[in-house]
Amino acid sequence: MAQPSKTPVVFAPWEDQTQKPVIQFKNVTKRFGNFTAIDNLSLDIFEREFFALLGPSGCGKTTIMRMLAGFESASEGTILLGGKDISAVPPNKRPVNMMFQSYALFPHLSVWDNIAFGLRRSSMPKDEIGARVDEMLRLTRMEKFAKRKPHQISGGQRQRVALARSLAKAPKLLLLDEPLGALDKKLRHDTQFELMDIQEKTGTTFVIVTHDQEEAMTVASRVAVMDHGKLIQVATPAAIYETPNFVYVADFIGEVNLVEGNSRKVGADKYEVSWAEGQTALRGTCPREIAEGTRVTYAVRPEKVAISAEKPKDAANAIQGSVHDIAYLGNISTYHVMLPTGQVIKAQESNTRRLANRHFTWDDQVWLSFTDTAGVILTE
Amino acid sequence: MNYRRLMLIGVPYLWLLGLFLVPFIIVLKISLSDIALSIPPYAPTLDLSEGWAGLKDFFSKLDFDNFLFLKTDPLYWKAYVSSLQIAIFSTAITLLVGYPIAYGMARAPEEWRATLMMLVILPFWTSFLIRVYSWMGILGKEGFLNATLMWLGIVDEPLTILNTNTAVYIGIVYTYLPFMILPIYAALDKLDISLLEAAEDLGCTRTSAFWLVTLPLSRPGIVAGSFLVFIPVIGEFVIPSLLGGSNTLMIGKILFEEFSSNRDWPVASAVAVLLLLIVVVPIVLFQRSQERQAEAQK
Ligand SMILES: Nc1ncnc2c1ncn2[C@@H]1O[C@H](COP(=O)(O)OP(=O)(O)OP(=O)(O)O)[C@@H](O)[C@H]1O
Ligand SMILES: [Mg+2]
Repeated sequence: MAQPSKTPVVFAPWEDQTQKPVIQFKNVTKRFGNFTAIDNLSLDIFEREFFALLGPSGCGKTTIMRMLAGFESASEGTILLGGKDISAVPPNKRPVNMMFQSYALFPHLSVWDNIAFGLRRSSMPKDEIGARVDEMLRLTRMEKFAKRKPHQISGGQRQRVALARSLAKAPKLLLLDEPLGALDKKLRHDTQFELMDIQEKTGTTFVIVTHDQEEAMTVASRVAVMDHGKLIQVATPAAIYETPNFVYVADFIGEVNLVEGNSRKVGADKYEVSWAEGQTALRGTCPREIAEGTRVTYAVRPEKVAISAEKPKDAANAIQGSVHDIAYLGNISTYHVMLPTGQVIKAQESNTRRLANRHFTWDDQVWLSFTDTAGVILTE
Repeated sequence: MNYRRLMLIGVPYLWLLGLFLVPFIIVLKISLSDIALSIPPYAPTLDLSEGWAGLKDFFSKLDFDNFLFLKTDPLYWKAYVSSLQIAIFSTAITLLVGYPIAYGMARAPEEWRATLMMLVILPFWTSFLIRVYSWMGILGKEGFLNATLMWLGIVDEPLTILNTNTAVYIGIVYTYLPFMILPIYAALDKLDISLLEAAEDLGCTRTSAFWLVTLPLSRPGIVAGSFLVFIPVIGEFVIPSLLGGSNTLMIGKILFEEFSSNRDWPVASAVAVLLLLIVVVPIVLFQRSQERQAEAQK
């Protein structure tokens, strides 16, 4: 699907000390009454970023967006946009457009007029407005519905109109609160690529809220995983997935096997985790220094766990168990393997063969193996 | 159609038939009759004892003379026009006063709204007549208003308000305000705040967001409220006769005078039938707009 770009220039302004962020949250706290929705949050977002906010319901994603759009003010701390404090700037004066989680389409206006609404408030000449609206309709494939009112179209179509309306003004900063949740998978993928395309063309900075980790992985330059109004980890999608810093992050993004145990240093960044009596310790990686005997969590992704009938010869980690359950998902199968300790470890295999020719079945004795770089050791 | 459904549909129709259609037919019949020195004071009356010939005789005596009479005296059409004028103006004033009140109620903190609503409905708890009489006490020469104004030194001589059209407008706006406020409040209460945020996000100021979003979305409430005020005000009788002066011309007053002072039931009925025909137009328009509204919300 995604065409690899010609020149794989690494886009990582957050690593460049000379780059100035467009958005800066400086120790921002937001309270509603005595409920703290955003808790002392500091964050830099750079120009042309596609920044994804991920986190459970109620963790404060929409609140962050609303503070950027100007509908909420920070209880403490400052928010800078392009280096300037924006607390006194009203929403209509900010170079920011937001796509609302509830869409907030104007019920008395047609789809066309909804999209044109923002353009009409600008100094754009009339004929250009028409052209721009038509372009947005084409982009979101809503040409046929231009004359309808919002109550005459489906939920997914409404979402597309809301997206088109927020894109129309081509603002410097676009805030998309779950922009694609109601779309089917195919349309969602297409729209994701459209968004990335728009961003490449216009250089807009995107902040996007999503519940779909695959979406975050596809489109985002960086992902922020949030919980209870705090940022847990902010990193590239790959880093979040491969080297999460916290058990919470590893658990939130994708599937993971978690095993608790006591650590012991065995190499530069290699540790052993003894996790059960009579079982060989698991070897894994941690870039940080861990004191001997610390209680840690060993995390390994199911797709990095190989399953075999014989004990693999030179695997860093190998454990025996019996097949407890098999979940067939079409392209892949997940094997739930029960260890003698009673713990269940998941291993994923892609289904290159037909179902009937499957290697393993229920209650088979199997070996699970994985490398010591696949296993990540987490202290919190 | 089964029996139960027939009952369900039948009951309201019987109700309308008994309480609306039958009285209307009686009034219509009287309007086509002639004045007579008898009880009841008109002729002919239907006498079925003479059979077919009697019925024929009855119908042959009905005519449109009373309606033609209404044309001859300019008093009548002037009263109709003046009633329409007063109804239009007072509806406009009620809207201008009622909209901000409804808006304020809809924007008030959640816990206040029930109380505010109560305050709007509260006047209905006392008799309408008493409330109008108390306006006489307020607006009169020695009334409360003049006493206050003179005490404050704003005026030297008492203002003549009572028995003028101003007093009629004050009375109408006061009486019908709740009918304007409630539908507008209902429309504004449903309005999703995030729509206003979206408008601001797309470049509107607070004021332009009001004109472009709030006002069009409260239109159904404005329409409903305006009709609810306009329709009864055309035929209003109590307010113009108690607060208005001798030159306050409203068709309700004329109707009453024809009926009780002149004891000319047939002409009074003709006035009433014509008034009904005039009011039917806005009623039909109102029904139409309500239907369209219902359709749009489907
Ligand atoms: N106006 C408000 N008054 C009181 N509490 C609020 C208000 N707005 C948000 N909150 C609370 O702040 C917290 C964060 O809300 P927010 O809308 O940012 O969540 P979210 O991360 O967007 O969740 P979701 O994924 O469900 O959209 C929630 O617990 C919510 O109840
Ligand atoms: Mg949200």
